[in-house]
Amino acid sequence: MRLDSLRDTFDVAIVGAGSAGLAAAAVTAGAGLATLVVDENAGPGGQIYRAVTTSPVKRRDILGEDYWAGERLVADAVRSGAAMLDATTVWSLDRDLAIGLSRDGSARMITARRVIIATGAQERPFPIPGWTLPGVMTAGGVQTMLKASGLVPAGETVIAGTGPLLWLLASQLVRAGVAIAAILDTTPRAAYLKAAPHAAGFVLSPLFAKGLALRREVAAKVRVIAGVTEIRAAGFGKLASVTYAAGGRQETLPVDNLLLHQGVVPNVNLAMAAGCQHRWDARQLCFVPVLDADGLSSVPGIAIAGDGAGIAGAWAAEERGRLAGVAAVRALAPQASAPDGQAIRQRLARHEAARGFLETLFQPPRQFRVPPSDDTIVCRCEEVTAGTVREAARLGCEGPNQLKAFTRCGMGPCQGRLCGLTVTEIIAETRGLSPEVVGSYRLRPPVKPISLGELARMPASAAAVKAVVR
Amino acid sequence: MGPAADVADVVVIGAGIHGCSTALHLAQRGVRVTVIEKDYAGRHASGVNAGGVRQLARHIAEIPLSVASMELWERIEDLVGDDCGFEAHGQVLVAESEAELGGFAARVQDLRDRGFTHEELIDRAELRRLVPAVSEACPGGIVSRRDGAADPFRATQAFRRAAIAAGARFREGIGVTGLARVGGVWQVESTAGRFEAAKVVNAAGAWAGRLAAMVGEPVPLDVIAPMLMITSRVPAFIEPVVILRSRKLSFKQFANGTVLIGGGHLGRAYPDSNETVLDWAKLGDSARTVWELFPVMRSATIVRAWAGIEARMPDDIPVVGPSRVAEGLYHQFGFSAHGFQLGPATGAVMAELVTTGRTNMPIAELNIGRFARG
Repeated sequence: MRLDSLRDTFDVAIVGAGSAGLAAAAVTAGAGLATLVVDENAGPGGQIYRAVTTSPVKRRDILGEDYWAGERLVADAVRSGAAMLDATTVWSLDRDLAIGLSRDGSARMITARRVIIATGAQERPFPIPGWTLPGVMTAGGVQTMLKASGLVPAGETVIAGTGPLLWLLASQLVRAGVAIAAILDTTPRAAYLKAAPHAAGFVLSPLFAKGLALRREVAAKVRVIAGVTEIRAAGFGKLASVTYAAGGRQETLPVDNLLLHQGVVPNVNLAMAAGCQHRWDARQLCFVPVLDADGLSSVPGIAIAGDGAGIAGAWAAEERGRLAGVAAVRALAPQASAPDGQAIRQRLARHEAARGFLETLFQPPRQFRVPPSDDTIVCRCEEVTAGTVREAARLGCEGPNQLKAFTRCGMGPCQGRLCGLTVTEIIAETRGLSPEVVGSYRLRPPVKPISLGELARMPASAAAVKAVVR
Repeated sequence: MGPAADVADVVVIGAGIHGCSTALHLAQRGVRVTVIEKDYAGRHASGVNAGGVRQLARHIAEIPLSVASMELWERIEDLVGDDCGFEAHGQVLVAESEAELGGFAARVQDLRDRGFTHEELIDRAELRRLVPAVSEACPGGIVSRRDGAADPFRATQAFRRAAIAAGARFREGIGVTGLARVGGVWQVESTAGRFEAAKVVNAAGAWAGRLAAMVGEPVPLDVIAPMLMITSRVPAFIEPVVILRSRKLSFKQFANGTVLIGGGHLGRAYPDSNETVLDWAKLGDSARTVWELFPVMRSATIVRAWAGIEARMPDDIPVVGPSRVAEGLYHQFGFSAHGFQLGPATGAVMAELVTTGRTNMPIAELNIGRFARG
């Protein structure tokens, strides 16, 4: 589908074709609303079900049956009649529900009566000494390569961090034949005790058995080092070794690849740029949008569903997507039929019950979120260190936005989308304030870069047309 | 009885570069000054503008202030202890046609007749020498060689720090809710209690109209949101700041290669919530102008666009001077998207006016009385 053949306005525009976006589309398009689903990837599926319709990985057991469940979600969305626009970035969204699209080198604006942001999660930054060396990758990045291209890292590989996705990726890589030298588990021993009171909700969840099985499968084949409290990557121009500390012991491992992962956080870039109100979530340790029970944000007409609304996993994302879809149908076409919201809410509550345990157990330890060493790079784009951020905070810099002028931190190509949480937490710690008070970068559009040429070729404004005529 | 009021000689409302500069110059004169700011210093227009330090192409009425400000910019480090990122590579106004260049020639001659020599007419060859990347179609322009640009947020913060070092007090995150003169004393009601002072300076930018209305002196102030965008790094190709008039554009490349594109296209401002909404169709117009004039920019990427909230007066020149209706109240607002360069000298003039009641700077045309009815 070409951008210029797209209509100017839709009833519902959904940003992101992952679990939440696909489920929402099936509801709204199924109710007869003109629905557009936009995704920047080559096909639908989002992160969890990435490339589910096109993956070259044919052995289904490598990625697991949960992955292939995504085929049904895609099929339902397609059958509903929603327009699916792939390989398209949404680079702007504002309170008037004007949406900037870019595809294949051209850009245009459309509008919608309702927008559902389903932009999912992004990996939490993992700033350790040496994390910018070639050879250090995010686990999510490696998983993307596996799903989309069937590629796996070659050479000695170490995985480090914490969180359920760490074990999922480890199991997928083991099945794909990758030699994993060690898993450095940074989950603090004390976290198991802290998480215990939340265990009841978790044991009842299907995640419990799955999680245990994955862990057992990996531990049978890979050396797992628990209670890791320090990690450093080293090498000249390229990763050569990883040094860790655990239980008062240090060891250096020669490695070619280090895969880092310490959980995911909501991808809030588009929602923040649109002006949706956010708050600091003290358990998930990140900013999450302020939403009502239907997923509606503080900006009228903009709903947020899926992990972008707060991390809860693929199954919860699906139900949140449906809820947002039902709310859109109620608002725009009250006569149309829509699924029963109550049943969706009940399923969602079951999925969310497991979160207390997971979030407490897998809360990344402070020293891996707020680098203790002043030399550790925080902002990769402008190469700003933790020490520089602390120094600015001590000199009176009150928040991430003021920091930009002091240090250029967050002003590079990524615009602070990668270092934002780290910077907020460093300033909060240095100034003795809560992250809520310190706040976040004001994220400016374009949320994804667009070229000057694309912007130049957009239809001229009314003023410019008038100037030419005159 | 509530808690005791906070007392100063002068309360300045608004910590943009103007409020901070006025506070600095008042404190240097030994005046006890308190600055009240609803957000933080440089949060709005002063911190997010294009940073142009420009005498070029100004309205006649503000040229004396602009020239005096230039003197201060050239020794800004002595004044505020920071170079504010100021660099003087000149500013060039490009003519896109012979007809436009003819108008420029008349303008430069008019300035000469009035005794101002900072603007200089240039031909095609000199334009090409100063701005090699500009399109062949442009026949000449005007240059103001001492002009340049500075880092706006850093400059505003530097004025704030210098003011504090000189003895000024800053109360940020406090909104003014009421303003009245009672028994010869100004009472400034705020979200953090009452402030009292003999004199008040209204330097509240986009919000200054509300303060003026509180004392019965309404002004036709438009709240505007001029938009800017910045590109990814491209090879160095231009040193001066370039501006166009017929098609709105200002253009500046930083030392790190990024290019700032502005020129006064407006988004929409929501001053109650500190929000702005961009108008991408108009930013597209700016991109098209750059595309045509600077082919070297065609592969660049836009990494960020934003707008600041500020005040514009119907005649596009600021309000500087005493209130017409209330004794001890002074206005310093409405800089209409070109007030950054004027900050240093306007602060000095306001301090002089507030403490001595007079100034030699010709500011009569900037008086608020020009908007009075009848």
